Formats: sequence, structure tokens, C-alpha cells
Amino acid sequence: MPIDPVLAAYSDRFYLGAVAVYVLAMFLHAFEYVGSTRPVRAKALVGAGAEASAVDAVEDTDNDPAGADGPSTPKRRSRGDTCGRMAVAVTIVGLLVHLGAIVLRGLATERWPLGNMYEFVSAICFAAVVCWLVVLKKSPSLRPVGAFVLPPVFILMFLGGTVLYAQAAPVVPALQSYWLAIHVTTVTIASGLLMVAGVASILYLLVKFGRAGKLAAKLPPIDALDRLAYRVTVVGFPIYTFAVIAGAIWAESAWGRFWGWDPKETVAFVAWVVYAAYLHARATSGWRTTGAPWINVLGFATIVFNLFFINMVVAGLHSYAGLG
Amino acid sequence: MTSPPTAPPKSPVVAEGAPPPPGQSPIRRVLAFLRNTWRGLTSMRTALILLFLLALAALPGALLPQNSLNQQLVEQYKTDYPAIAPTLDRLGFFDVFSTPWFAAIYLLLMISLVGCLLPRNLDFLRTLRAAPVATPRNLGRLPHHAAVTVDEDTDAVLARVRTLLGGNRLTAWRTVERDETGGVRTVSAEKGHLREAGNLVFHLSLVGLLVGIALGKLFGYEGQVIVLTGGNQFCNSSILGYDSFRAGLRVDGTELAPFCVQVNDFTADYLPNGQPDTYRAQIGYQTAEDVEAGDTSNWKPYELQVNHPLRLDGARVYLLGHGYAPQFTVTWPDGQQRTGVIQWRPVDQTTFLSEGATKFERPGVTDPAQRQDSGLAVTGLFAPTSSGGDVVTSIYPDLRNPEVAIDVMRGDLGLDDGRGQSIFTVDQSKVDSGALKQVARANLTPGQSVTLDDGTQVRFDSVTSWVSLQVSHDPGQESVLIFAILLLLGLGTSLAVKRRRFWVRLVPAGDGRTEVRLGGLARTDQAGYGEEFERLRAELLGTAPDSGGPDSGGPDSSGPDSGGPDSDAPDPDAPVTDATGPAARDAAVPDPDGPAPGPPEPDAADPDAPDPAAGTVPPDRRPTDTSDSTDRGET
Repeated sequence: MPIDPVLAAYSDRFYLGAVAVYVLAMFLHAFEYVGSTRPVRAKALVGAGAEASAVDAVEDTDNDPAGADGPSTPKRRSRGDTCGRMAVAVTIVGLLVHLGAIVLRGLATERWPLGNMYEFVSAICFAAVVCWLVVLKKSPSLRPVGAFVLPPVFILMFLGGTVLYAQAAPVVPALQSYWLAIHVTTVTIASGLLMVAGVASILYLLVKFGRAGKLAAKLPPIDALDRLAYRVTVVGFPIYTFAVIAGAIWAESAWGRFWGWDPKETVAFVAWVVYAAYLHARATSGWRTTGAPWINVLGFATIVFNLFFINMVVAGLHSYAGLG
Repeated sequence: MTSPPTAPPKSPVVAEGAPPPPGQSPIRRVLAFLRNTWRGLTSMRTALILLFLLALAALPGALLPQNSLNQQLVEQYKTDYPAIAPTLDRLGFFDVFSTPWFAAIYLLLMISLVGCLLPRNLDFLRTLRAAPVATPRNLGRLPHHAAVTVDEDTDAVLARVRTLLGGNRLTAWRTVERDETGGVRTVSAEKGHLREAGNLVFHLSLVGLLVGIALGKLFGYEGQVIVLTGGNQFCNSSILGYDSFRAGLRVDGTELAPFCVQVNDFTADYLPNGQPDTYRAQIGYQTAEDVEAGDTSNWKPYELQVNHPLRLDGARVYLLGHGYAPQFTVTWPDGQQRTGVIQWRPVDQTTFLSEGATKFERPGVTDPAQRQDSGLAVTGLFAPTSSGGDVVTSIYPDLRNPEVAIDVMRGDLGLDDGRGQSIFTVDQSKVDSGALKQVARANLTPGQSVTLDDGTQVRFDSVTSWVSLQVSHDPGQESVLIFAILLLLGLGTSLAVKRRRFWVRLVPAGDGRTEVRLGGLARTDQAGYGEEFERLRAELLGTAPDSGGPDSGGPDSSGPDSGGPDSDAPDPDAPVTDATGPAARDAAVPDPDGPAPGPPEPDAADPDAPDPAAGTVPPDRRPTDTSDSTDRGET
């Protein structure tokens, strides 16, 4: 299978670009916290980035700002608020660039672009950002959480671009199956969603135990964070379950058994059990608000552990990381 | 999985579960103990703890090497950590998934699950028949509510309510109409029982899944065999045909499907960097039926590939791996010739540098003492693409420039000792004792030969390749797949369907006018009922509400989710803006188990509570209540 080096190079550049744009969005989100409440002319600030303003304008028209604006007058926004809105717009731009990187990678290698750790991590971040924007579309008042969703995305993408980076290349025979597209894609979507849920639960715990300091004032109320975590998990968990089942079906035709307690399978099972425990804890008195968020964080930690430790340290059949 | 102990304290079940008063007969005490144990085991809290234990117990299976995956790694670990390895071994940490403690955890979990499901199943059946609960007295305290006076009489509005809530079997609400004093009519409607059904399907599928897996462990088997290409055959007729075989607990090897496989050719394509691109084995096969019918000349062709196993006679044949088998010919001084070809094993999976030992016995020698002196072994390394030079190593996995670097050993091979020995090496103890001596060392390319001191010639002829096949049989896997699909459907249903209620109270307002009061409550964690309630309200009362409608913006006008189409599923900001009154907040999270913020008024927090004004409550309402209070105990 030929590799198109030009497309692969463009994909890499898009990836870098996406990281840069996400970093910009991250800073804008951070400014949201430090921004004064003094109203300024929104137009002047938005003019700073042409692309941003275009997307922002679209946002404005189809998503009436009444919900997010709060007490300020519709025409004038506080500086923090403007930064927040720009952060969202910039995130959307970053997402488009990121999409370009993934699509180009697929075109360059003429295969589904989920063949190694680099591509996998990139897609998880993509899924997380999409999930975050969908959440934001439904509940605009959660916007300040964005300052905490983007850092893990940035960290993962940084690791992806440095430690985990792999040249565009075909995959080994075991990966040449349409189940790759089904299994790995659903795993990435689920991981992205569970990452957002994990961030929400971490924030919930930080605020609850007073570790968020002054940030807590700008964050959504803690039951909103808790509910964000729950609702995203409730979508992510069935997708994750499907992914594990799809993996088992694939393993049956690739490795000769549907389940063999390969380290990756084992930790996937552990994560599944932890999330099952989370849902049960939500329905158990005394656990609903005290234990459940911890379990959700634990579940996300298990997913991360499975992603990095199992792939890179423990040998197993899933070692397709392309790390040599 | 919920069960009595997590039910509200008012439930009579908890009182029953209390320790019996002293002075009871021992039998009753034993029964009470058993009952309490059973209740404890089937409680949600126990299930949670068991889930954690299961997760914790599975972890060593990922972190420590496992015998079931790689025995060499286990041995390596034992040498590396001699201090703790014996203890770990005794506790079964190298076979985590077949230890009694792991089995104990998942069996207890399954018992807990079944014990929790059975009562739940019964409850569910009862709720299916029970009438929707009476209309709460004060609908205004529900998270979703509206009140409008319309220019119609009660009967006309009632007729419209019936049409609105009716429909086909799938879409209709379950409704019951009740009369209150003063000509007041009420309608209680309920929907979303599928949630509970999905929940049950999910948990029952888990049990079915486990049974299917157990079936596979009992009656399944897995065998590996290496077959040289070039028309060599392998038949699944007995365990003896395999190089390694893992039998299920009830498999004695007498009932294998006797199909046969012939390996004709194997090709591997590699990328320039040595990464494999495709593996293909051209095979022929005969089904058990063909073999039994005596039709042994026809081989049906099949191209065996990774990800494309051959499925026949309830078994699957997989292409697991491949390697090279160098062929050597030994010509003794008396002119006798023997040709040997046997698989050598790859020691480097990227370059396929292989090692092995091809062993010869001198033909025509029958005297045991002479036999012990005349054995020959060709051992060493094989490189499919040799680096050249004195020290042969392989630089590419494909067969481009094959070369062997061999030691020829002569003496006692130990083949007569009656002990098994590796086909890949010579018996090291014979080398150590001097019974087997190295007599030549050479690097050979195909066609080249080396001559020993006694004039015996050893020639490297050519290379064939071998494939490693796995035959698997698992009678449980179809049922596992079916239960996995059911599990997923059940899970999706139970997480997506909202259990919700809708009440209408029609109060005659004189002059043929009727005051219509609506109330709605979603009895699940997920909100998002507001949109549907809003649609029902709009269809019943028109789009422009007058007083108290959800769009009027008053603090107690609407529930958390009535904010329009955007507020569907994740709407976590809802309580910030809407849930201003304590009643609204309590009702928005209708979890009787959860710590409600502040003591709610009974009729606000629990609309099921019998409303004195709503008339009599049927005695069979208790099961409904129990199931309601537990209906969030689901995965």
C-alpha cells in the first residue's frame, strides 16, 4: 500500500495547527476567569481574529445568547464573557483543523486512520472536543468548564505528537479488517466522552472540597457538574460496551478466541466494571453524591491507564502502538 | 440491581429483616439468619462492593504475567523475583482467572444479581398491571406543570386528553381516570416501562453471557499445530495430532470433528522496512463428512488469512504464525543419503532469524553403541535474508538471501533415552557430558555443503516455510454473542428511556369552562422530559398559555427542562436558572434514596403518596411504590 508523503506531511502540519489553536482557546478560556466584569465593546475584541469572528457570528445567530449572558445587557458583554465566547469559537476552528489532520492521515495511508497510538490519541481528543461542543450547545452556561476540558486534550495531543508519534504507514495483517473501523472508532468515541465526564467529576470534587479556590465562583454549580458527568457517562458507557463487544467479535476472527484475558482486555473489563459501579452508586443511598464522582474519576483513570501503561509497558496482543 | 435494604425505610421489608427478638426457636433464628444473609448479599451495597472486588481481582491478571498467556514470561518473573514469586504462585496470581477467589467473586456477584432480579421481575410484572398512581393534590409543586382555564366543559377536554394520550400499543400512555369530589375529573398517565424491561434484559443477559462462557470452558478446545507447506496434511482426529492442546473440562479428545487440512503454500508480503503486509496460506480442506464418506481425494481450496479463519464443522482454523524450515541432506561415506526438513523457530519476529536442530540417524546402524556414536545434528541459525560476512544475521524477514550458520554435532542425540526433547535444540546434557561433539562449523547458502572429518557431507539444499495453525471449538460462543447483543440493547434501553408521568386535573369553573391543571414528573436521573411535557401542554391547551404557563417566566412556572428544543438531554445548568423553589428542586431529583436537600413536604417530593383528596388508593399500590423507589438502581 503506497503512502502519500505529501498528504502525510500536510496531516502532520494540521495536527500541529490544531494543537496551537487549542492552546489559544485554552488561554482564552483562562482569561474568562481573570477577565473583569467591566463591559467592553464586543466588536473590538472579536475583530482580533477574522476566523473566530465569523464562527462567533454564526454562533450568535442560531444560539440566542439570552441564556448565557446573565445579567449584562445583550449589546455589551464583560471582557471575561467575550473571552469565553471567543474561546468556544476558536475551539471550533481547532476542531476543523484537527478533523483535517485526521482525514488527511487516512487519505495518505489509504486506510482507516486509527492504526497506532498517535492516531488513536488524536482521535480521542477529537471525540472529546466534539462531545464538549455538543454539551456546550445544549447547555451554554457550562462554558467555563472549557478551561478544564482543553488542558487534558492539549496534554494528550502533545504526548501524541512527541512520544507517541508514528510515521504514516500501513498496518500489520492483524489490523487489516473492517472491525478496526468499528472497534477502535467506538473505543475512541467512548474514551473521549468518558474523558469529558471524568473532567466534570474532578471539577465537582475540587469544588466540593473547596480546592477550587476563587475559580469556584466562576464555575457552574456543583450539581450541574455532577449532572454533566452523569449524562455524558450515560452516553459513553453503552458506546464503550459496544466497543468491547465489537472487540470481542474481532478477536474471535483474528486471534482465535473472543476473550482471552489479554492485558488490554483485562483492563477494559476492569474499566467497564468500574463504570458499572458508578451507575449503581448513583442509585445507592449514601453513594450518589459522595462516592459516585470518585468512582467516575477512578473509571477515567483506568481508561488512561489502559491507554498508556498497558500499551507501552505491559506486553500483549494489543501492542500495536507503533513505538518500536 | 436494587433490593429491599436500599428501599425507603418505610418499607416493611427492612423491619422484617431486623434481628429476631430473643426467645425464638433456633430454627426461626437460623431462618432469620439465612434471610438476613440473603438480603445482605442481594443488596445494592453488596453488589457495589463485589463489583469493586471484581475489578481489583482482575488487575493482577493484567499486571503480572499469566500462565494462560505466556508461560515463558511467568518463568522469567519467577527467576527475577525469587522472594515473592513462590507466594504469588501459591495464591494463584499467575492464573488469576482460574483461581477459586476470582470465581468466588463473580459467582457471588451473579447470585447477588439473580437474588435482586427475581423480586424485581415480579414487581415489574405487577406494575405492568397496576394502574398509574393517583393524581397528586397540588400539581403546581411538580417540576413540570401548567394551569389554564379553557372554554370547554370537562367532558370535551377529557375527550381531547384521551386522544392525546392514546395511540397505538407502542405510543399510548397507560392511563386511568378517576373522579374526585365536586365533579373534578383526573387522568393519571404513565409511560416508559421499557426502561425497567431494558434493565432486566441487561442483567439477565449478563447471567446468560456467563452461562455461555461456562459452556465454552466445558466443551470447547483449542489446539495448535505446525504444518510444513508443500502439501503436508493435518487431521483433527485426535489430540495426538497437535503440538499443544488445551481441552475443555469435559473434552477427552474422542469426539473431535475429524476434518483434515492440507497446506499447499504460504506467502508473506513485506514492506521495505520489514513490516509484514499480508500473510496468505493456500490450503485445501475436507470436512468431517467428506472424510467419513471416504472422499479423501478432493481438497476444497481456501485461502487462509489473518482475520479470515476457515470455519467448518463447528470449529475454526486460524493462521497463527509462520516460519522457515531449512532442508539438509547428509551423505555418509558409504553413499547412503538422508534428507531432513523440520521447522526452525523464529527468534526475532521482525527479521525472522531462526534457530533449530535438524537431527539425523545413520541408516543401517542397529547396534545401540554404534547408534550412540553416529547420530548427527545440524544446529544453528538461519537467516532468510542474510547480512553476509562471517557472523550471519538476518536483515529482512522475506526469503531473499537465505543462509545458515550451523554447527554439526556428532554423537549421542539422546533419542533412545525415552525422554522427550525439544525439536528446536539438541540435548544440552549430552553436549556437556561430551557424548555429543561439535565436528564442523560453517556458513552455507543453498547448494553449499560442508564435509566432516570422516568424509560425511552435509548439504544445505533449500528452504520451505511452515505455518502454525490453531483449531478452536467453542460451542458457547454463539449464545455469548446473542446475549452480548441483548445486553447492549437492554443497557441502551434502560439508559435512554425515561420513566415519566403525566397528570391532568379538570376542575369545572362554571359557565361551561374548565380549569385544566397539568403536572409532569420524570422518575429518572435524566431530565429532558420538559420538551415532551411542553408538547403535550401545547397540544392540549394551545401554544399561547395564559396563566402559569411555562413560558410566562415565573419562578414556579415550569420545570427544569422546559427551555425549548435545545434543552433536551444534557441540560445540567437547568437547576441554576429554574429550580428556585425547594419543591421544584426536590422533585427534579426524584430519588427517594438520595440525600434530598432539606426535608421535602410529602406531597411535593413523592407524588405517589396517597393524596387524601384523591380518594381511595388501591391496596395493590405497594408494589408500584417499591419498584418506583428502586427504579434508578440500574445499570
